[in-house]
Amino acid sequence: MATKKTLAFLLMDAPYESARTTTAFRLIDAAVRRGHDVSVFSYEGAVALSFAKQAPHPNAVHGRDVAQEDHPNPKDWIGALAAQADRSGGKLTWINCGLCVDERGVGEVVPGVGRGSPVDFWKSAEAADNTLVIPTKG
Amino acid sequence: MSKKILQIVESAYRATIEEQDDTVVWFTHAIKGGGADVAVLLRGHAVNYAVKGQDASGIAFGERKQTQPPDLAGDLARLIAKGVEVHVVEEDLAAHGLVTAELIDGLKPLKQSGIPELLGRHDLIWHW
Repeated sequence: MATKKTLAFLLMDAPYESARTTTAFRLIDAAVRRGHDVSVFSYEGAVALSFAKQAPHPNAVHGRDVAQEDHPNPKDWIGALAAQADRSGGKLTWINCGLCVDERGVGEVVPGVGRGSPVDFWKSAEAADNTLVIPTKG
Repeated sequence: MSKKILQIVESAYRATIEEQDDTVVWFTHAIKGGGADVAVLLRGHAVNYAVKGQDASGIAFGERKQTQPPDLAGDLARLIAKGVEVHVVEEDLAAHGLVTAELIDGLKPLKQSGIPELLGRHDLIWHW
């Protein structure tokens, strides 16, 4: 990698609601695979992305049991992105908006996910080479 | 020196009853309190946030009343009082039938054609 960059993202959509979340994860994956440092601030519904009690389910329509369906929950993707960052020599920092967590009752999060406030995102943006806010629309 | 941030608020009245505020205006208050150099641009339906006299009170489900309804114009006025520039697109005001007398004080009206220059004066553009 020629130059290591630091990128700050803000996500807002709740899991399983918008293709914007998948797009955001693609962008984060591309960055960490290149060894860049990435910080993510989850705001509003996006705090549920890291909720530890997400569970995979079977899918009768697909005719598959839970193992066959092998449905990745976003909490697992967050862990996988962090592991990828480690392997690539970068770092993934994931912070949830604390008040957003409280009002949704999703305080049980996967390891590595922290709690903060918009000021944490602002500080990340100040330190980053670039910033992308991906808000809920509509 | 802090980066200059422009918050473009376009998605309007998104969960404002549940949240008791607009989440982007609230976010702006929070980072301003932390020391951010931030301004706001209201466009689209969000220009209506600047209208005085909005009253979202009175909602109740069963016996549970909401006692602290959103005060969007007040939240904007408090941003302005903190030194945050709040720009508003004139054409969007006109499209919504709004005139200056209906709006809070201290806004900075801006023609659509002036937006590029405004963007150019900021380091980070966060479009919500």
